Amino acid sequence: MLKKIFIIFTTVALVFICSCGLKENRQGKKKHLITIAGSTSVMPFVEKLAEYFMLQKPNFIIDVQGGGSTAGIQACINNTVHLGMSSRKLKEGERLNEIVICYDGISIVVHPSNPINGLSMEQVRAIFSGKIKNWKELGWIDRRIDAITREEGSGTRGSFEELVMKNEEIDDSIMVQDSNGSVKEIVATDPYAIGYISLGLVDKRVKALTIDGVVPTVSSIKTGAYKITRPFLFLSNGEPDDYTSEFIDFVLSKQGQDLLRKEGLIGSYE
Amino acid sequence: MVHMNRWVSIREKIVKNTLTVFALSSLLFLFLIFIFILIEGLPLFLKVGLKNIIFGFKWAPTKGYFGIFPMIISSFLVTFGALIIGAPLGLSCAIYLAEYSGKRLKMILKPALELLAGIPSVVYGFLGVIYIVPIVREYLGGSGFSLISTSIVLGIMILPTIISISFDSIMSVPRSYREGSYAMGATKWQTIFKVVLPAARSGILASFILGMGRAIGETMAVIMIAGNALKIPTNITDPLRTLTGNIALELAYATGDHRLGLFSTGIVLLIIIMALNYLANFGIKRRI
Repeated sequence: MLKKIFIIFTTVALVFICSCGLKENRQGKKKHLITIAGSTSVMPFVEKLAEYFMLQKPNFIIDVQGGGSTAGIQACINNTVHLGMSSRKLKEGERLNEIVICYDGISIVVHPSNPINGLSMEQVRAIFSGKIKNWKELGWIDRRIDAITREEGSGTRGSFEELVMKNEEIDDSIMVQDSNGSVKEIVATDPYAIGYISLGLVDKRVKALTIDGVVPTVSSIKTGAYKITRPFLFLSNGEPDDYTSEFIDFVLSKQGQDLLRKEGLIGSYE
Repeated sequence: MVHMNRWVSIREKIVKNTLTVFALSSLLFLFLIFIFILIEGLPLFLKVGLKNIIFGFKWAPTKGYFGIFPMIISSFLVTFGALIIGAPLGLSCAIYLAEYSGKRLKMILKPALELLAGIPSVVYGFLGVIYIVPIVREYLGGSGFSLISTSIVLGIMILPTIISISFDSIMSVPRSYREGSYAMGATKWQTIFKVVLPAARSGILASFILGMGRAIGETMAVIMIAGNALKIPTNITDPLRTLTGNIALELAYATGDHRLGLFSTGIVLLIIIMALNYLANFGIKRRI
């Protein structure tokens, strides 16, 4: 028994040592590291872009991290990352180089069994500012509206406040969830819920409402008819260096933009 | 021989001193945690003012409001809710285990309880979202993400704490007390209710208080079930946000004063938990 354990242990140790050695050999050629951090809305798409880019150019390592738009902007200002990601426009005083990589729509979603198909911008604002609390006021059954918003600091919430709420505040009695995913999960399971998520994440489990009669689709966002849209930004402190520029060029190239389009986003050149 | 004895005694000393250092290190960690939370959180207290933080009703850290009063109230509400559900269940279980159950059943129940304590909180949260939330939504109304759902889940989570400490304190009541009671002609239930429980009172209270500490500090399950709305709930089906939930929910995005605000939340939480632990220790000591 002891002998067996010893053999297993030695094999594992040997494999480990060998693989370490191999890695060192491979890294003999110098790799270029690009660190990117910021919005969790932008992150999944940039991760996909980075994967493709690294397949084509194996001498690059791209490290993509979340943290949120505000954290991304802050990290970029402090020069701790090469690129920041943001899903909201920069505020005054945040002086950085902006590169629009694509646009995203925010769709207002309800449970598929909800008979309401569309709302006006004012109605959405009234729901989230707590003025409309019951579905009866919108012509459905007498039941409290379970509205869900995102947490303070989130880029999606920031854009929603700017584009939909204008000067009104989101009411305190509204539920708060900390990701697009959990908002979608609640809306998909609660028939009386309403929330807002990235258009790219809408599928059959939730129903996207028309706003002022406009269906949120790629084409309605492109023509500007659908108003709740936001840019996805890359940020750099000053001009990006050559290697970082190479990645940015890839993202803005036809190939990169096609990848983003496939994910339900709207390219920056359209 | 003398030489060897000296070696042995030196070795003993080394072992003892090393163990002392390791034992004291846990104290050091506690001290460091306390210092770091204070260093990070205190500046905001000085800047915004104690009153505006602890008794402030509005939490909008990106706009300069840091009131956590609703969260303090909500934290206590779910904790008492958990106690209302967990205390009777836990105490009955402890009484049964200590006084009624046979040896064989005890051998099954005790490990089962330990397993209950070992289930990760995210699993409790997940089960709460899948089963308890829809049931509450269906039968009590509201979204289901509410005070009542959170209390139920926390009530189950604090069971192991309440049961094991209550059980120990009931078991530590001397046998002579029970025998005296039986000798007076009291029945078993009369003995338990009139003699054993009053004698074990302070230990049982301590178990409730430690259960409260566990409930007020629980985070993951609470975020998943509580709904995290900022208002003080006015109904058991209203959503709420606890102190721990506030920190975990917003930490990822927080920078600057927002981040300091979360540390201030941490200070308040730490003080509440320290007070609860002190109360519990006080209870346990008085028994002996």
